[in-house]
Amino acid sequence: MKLPCRYVWEHISEYIDQRLDPQALADIEAHLENCEVCSAILDSTRNILVLTADNRTYELPLGYSSRLHQRLEIELRKVSEDS
Amino acid sequence: MPPTMESEKELIARILAGDTELFHELIRPYEKMVFVTIFAMVRNEAEAEDGAQETMISAFRHLKSFRGESKFSTWLVTIAMNEGRRRLRKAKGMPTDSLDEDKEEHEGDFTPAALTDWREIPLEALEKKELRAKIREAVEELPELYREVLVLRDLEELNQEETAQALGIKVNLVKVRLHRARMMLQKKLVPYLKSANPAKGFFGRIFQ
Repeated sequence: MKLPCRYVWEHISEYIDQRLDPQALADIEAHLENCEVCSAILDSTRNILVLTADNRTYELPLGYSSRLHQRLEIELRKVSEDS
Repeated sequence: MPPTMESEKELIARILAGDTELFHELIRPYEKMVFVTIFAMVRNEAEAEDGAQETMISAFRHLKSFRGESKFSTWLVTIAMNEGRRRLRKAKGMPTDSLDEDKEEHEGDFTPAALTDWREIPLEALEKKELRAKIREAVEELPELYREVLVLRDLEELNQEETAQALGIKVNLVKVRLHRARMMLQKKLVPYLKSANPAKGFFGRIFQ
């Protein structure tokens, strides 16, 4: 039986996370081998996720870390003065 | 290298015993995680920075209540997520979108963008500021419920169970929302990715 493309799309996320059961995995891999559209969708989704998670996509504001630790320091001191 | 759970436990024990200065060390690996989590919610740098500071202070004040049943990072990101949500509510002045969870679990009608030229990640694409801005924009435009799951799973790389725990929802709902969030992102970004790599086309490869 030929697997419909929609089935593959619905399972792309689990495929990427490697959470498919062996049968579903085998069915989808067989489909991907012959379906250029689905394999392009899979690749682009995976790539988008790689880019989203890339360190450079979200950058910290300049001086963020030192301001954070300065504020913490004030807080920590408050606590030690209280005790 | 990320700290081990053991070394963290020890740090926490020492902080609670009075060596509070060590709190700086404890949170150092998670500075970015906390900022990004809140930033993806509130979409404003100054607000996110302030929220990150509040998160860390709150974590310090409540450190006693951390029981070590979850990872410290999961516990911390939960506080960050709540801080982000709180700020979002405050800005909007009302509760945001809520979906009927039962209904949500059975709907699955999401169609990805059908064609894409963009299969390999061109290194130069990563260098492009515009593309990174587009990605952030696409994440920010996701409905809140989907955005939360995507941020925790795909940005902070929490696993399904940790994400469910952090958001207080069922694992199955994490799966459903994550899948939709990813498909929405794919659909939104494919047009920009195409132009990022015009050389290797879809049809180009088939007919080569």
